[in-house]
Amino acid sequence: MQMESEIKAPEIQKMETKSRAGITKQEYKLRAKNVDVFYNNFQAIHNISMDIVDKSVTAFIGPSGCGKSTFLRLFNRMNDYIDSFAMNGQICLGDQDIYDSCVRVEELRKTVGMVFQKPNPFPKSIFDNVAYGLRIQGIKDKERIEERVIESLRQSTLYEEVKDNLDKQALALSGGQQQRLCIARALAVKPSVLLMDEPTSALDPISTGKIEDLISELKEKYTIAIVTHNMQQAGRISDHTAFLYMGKLVEYGDTQKIFTNPEKDRTQNYITGRFG
Amino acid sequence: MAACALVTVVTTVSIILILAIETVSFFSEVSIIEFLTSTKWTPLFTKKNYGILPLLSGTLLTTAIAIAVALPLGLAIAIYLNEYASASLRAVLKPLLEILAVVPTVVYGFFALMIVTPFLKTFVPELSGFNALSPGIVMGIMILPFISSLSEDALSSVPHTLRQASFGMGANKFQTAFRVVVPAASSGIIVSIILAISRAIGETMIVAIAAGQQPRFTFDPTVPIETITAYIVQVSMGDVPHGSTAYRTIFAAGITLFIFTFILNNISYWIKRKYGAAYE
Amino acid sequence: MVRLMSNVNRLKDKVFRVIGVTSIIFCLLILVIFIAFIIYQGSARLSWEFMISLPSRFAEKSGIYTAWVGTLWVLVLTTLIAFPLGVGAGIYLEEYSPKNWLSKLLEINIANLAGVPSIIYGLLGLEFFVRIMKMGNSILAGSLTLALLILPIIIVSTREAIQAVPGTIREASLALGATKWQTIRNQILPASFGGILTGVILAISRAVGETAPLIVIGALAYVPFVPKGPFDEFTVLPIQIFNWVSRPQHEFIINAAAAIIVLLLITFTMNGIAVYLRNRWQQKISW
Repeated sequence: MQMESEIKAPEIQKMETKSRAGITKQEYKLRAKNVDVFYNNFQAIHNISMDIVDKSVTAFIGPSGCGKSTFLRLFNRMNDYIDSFAMNGQICLGDQDIYDSCVRVEELRKTVGMVFQKPNPFPKSIFDNVAYGLRIQGIKDKERIEERVIESLRQSTLYEEVKDNLDKQALALSGGQQQRLCIARALAVKPSVLLMDEPTSALDPISTGKIEDLISELKEKYTIAIVTHNMQQAGRISDHTAFLYMGKLVEYGDTQKIFTNPEKDRTQNYITGRFG
Repeated sequence: MAACALVTVVTTVSIILILAIETVSFFSEVSIIEFLTSTKWTPLFTKKNYGILPLLSGTLLTTAIAIAVALPLGLAIAIYLNEYASASLRAVLKPLLEILAVVPTVVYGFFALMIVTPFLKTFVPELSGFNALSPGIVMGIMILPFISSLSEDALSSVPHTLRQASFGMGANKFQTAFRVVVPAASSGIIVSIILAISRAIGETMIVAIAAGQQPRFTFDPTVPIETITAYIVQVSMGDVPHGSTAYRTIFAAGITLFIFTFILNNISYWIKRKYGAAYE
Repeated sequence: MVRLMSNVNRLKDKVFRVIGVTSIIFCLLILVIFIAFIIYQGSARLSWEFMISLPSRFAEKSGIYTAWVGTLWVLVLTTLIAFPLGVGAGIYLEEYSPKNWLSKLLEINIANLAGVPSIIYGLLGLEFFVRIMKMGNSILAGSLTLALLILPIIIVSTREAIQAVPGTIREASLALGATKWQTIRNQILPASFGGILTGVILAISRAVGETAPLIVIGALAYVPFVPKGPFDEFTVLPIQIFNWVSRPQHEFIINAAAAIIVLLLITFTMNGIAVYLRNRWQQKISW
């Protein structure tokens, strides 16, 4: 079944709003409305509503187990595979509730891509890893694939390091390189949104730095939602920050404001390390 | 693809149905009391007796001998490999021993008849050419890898912290192995023994070649006997007409065999599920 | 007192070491003796002529031609039947079946089938394939029977091979928008193929050595002709061996030994290939 309204970027309803700096931006709405999430009887997310700002980096912070990853995975329906998962509320991409039964989840994931905490390249060559997303869509044109693969590798700043041998096994790359490969792989299908679930927590500081730089470049073109354990990271790279605690959205706003002058005490306590 | 999985269900149902139907029709002609209590089994002779006990005793006797060989050897090897041997030695010896499980059973039958029986005769002169002792011992060698490999797996899944605690208190390897590790792995070891017994009960060719075709209700290992499985082979090779009572005897014998192995296999499955989860 | 106890303990430790090593040497020695005996008895008889002669009443003229042709037929047919069925069932159980009471039942059932003695499969084959399906005592009936016998082995090893593929690979593929089947076809199956193949080869090797179920379905012991199709009567190497071992004349025993050498070569080669594949596969995919 195809989606009623196409979820490929240009056709989504656009809304103009003023950004904090007073410049109108066009925002493709990735939004959550009154979302609850249950795992059997345990409620993991309590009534969260929020809009993700387009072409910016939104960080989700909070102590372990507060539901950040669960919430992030709502946006590409990766929670579907957990038997005990149930939810109320709506997650919308543009006008379309992505949990509607007419939505084909494979199409959704071509628009909303994901990078995982532990780099998970396929046991194939670098080239085949990045090309995978294109091939499963049925794209067979070799030139087109090669063009896209090189473009994606350039975008994820990996190209210069691997261009001499794209047939090398992906598993032979270092951890940081593997993660940038996974980012290239996700970018190859040209999503509009990139969900990143603690993408640098398994990496060394130098690789982390490279990927943070990469994220700052990518936000010009992509909407990025990143879950991170590392508050300093959130402070460095994000434009907006959402603080989650025990499945509830405590505070959400400009990163600058959250980190220097938060409205809620609990936010203040978490930022300053009183708990966490 | 679901259909592929359903084939397994159809198989089980068919086995049970076929055995049951033929057995029921067998018992319409033969008294079940006689079947369960008579000590004579002569369905192919003129004077017909249908007591399963001789075949059962033959099966159990050879199995008991097999376990008597395989259990101590298998356990000793498992404990030695896991607690004493170095990792590289273990990596070489374990697969070597598993070769024992790979040899076709007809070959083991040949060994039993041609090597072991003559060898044993030098110690036990009254041993007849067909007997229970020789195939029993050879079966023991054949099922030994079941016990040694599966027990070794069970032993190695016991966490090292337990061993370290024991060593830390001054125990040596022997004490640690027998007082700490073996009890901790006992469910896995018991499962391996049950599976070995079940395998021995169902074994056919070794006994068909070396044990004889004389059903006899005895526990004397030096005389010819016949097991349930060897009887089925004997009838299958002969000219028993389809649909006759004699034909149905193989199903009656078969269902007896099936019940035994079914019960054993389920007990081991249940033990594994219930007690095996602790360290996994 | 403590000193005495600790001496006794050390003695037990040393004695057990000796017992352990002796047991291992004993078993390996027995294996070596058995194989040496076979080679001693049978190797002289092995010849090209032995391989291409039909069995006969005269031991010197008897050969294993029918037997190994029959074994080959059975091997190929059994693989053709059991491989797709077993791997398909394994994939279904691991990837598609919902985790409810039905799938638990299927699992228990397969574990049970794995423990059913092979001769019972023979009885099943006799009633169902030979009589009810009217296949007679043909190669087809024999192969179907053996296929059912080894099916649980293939299913279990397929499942284990798939389980060994890390879940992160699956996640990565799904997150790129692949369907479940695309993920299985492009990622899971290639990664688990080595393990699946190993399991299949081991299962087939077991089938090749099976005697009892084929005797029960009526594979003949004396087949002085070569089967030409799956509906022909047949014999296999193990049955030929069984037949010769049962004869009193010493020459037939020699024949049996020679045939055993051939059977063992086939069995050990197949197992060797499986072990080699397993090692290579485990090295290649070093997660």
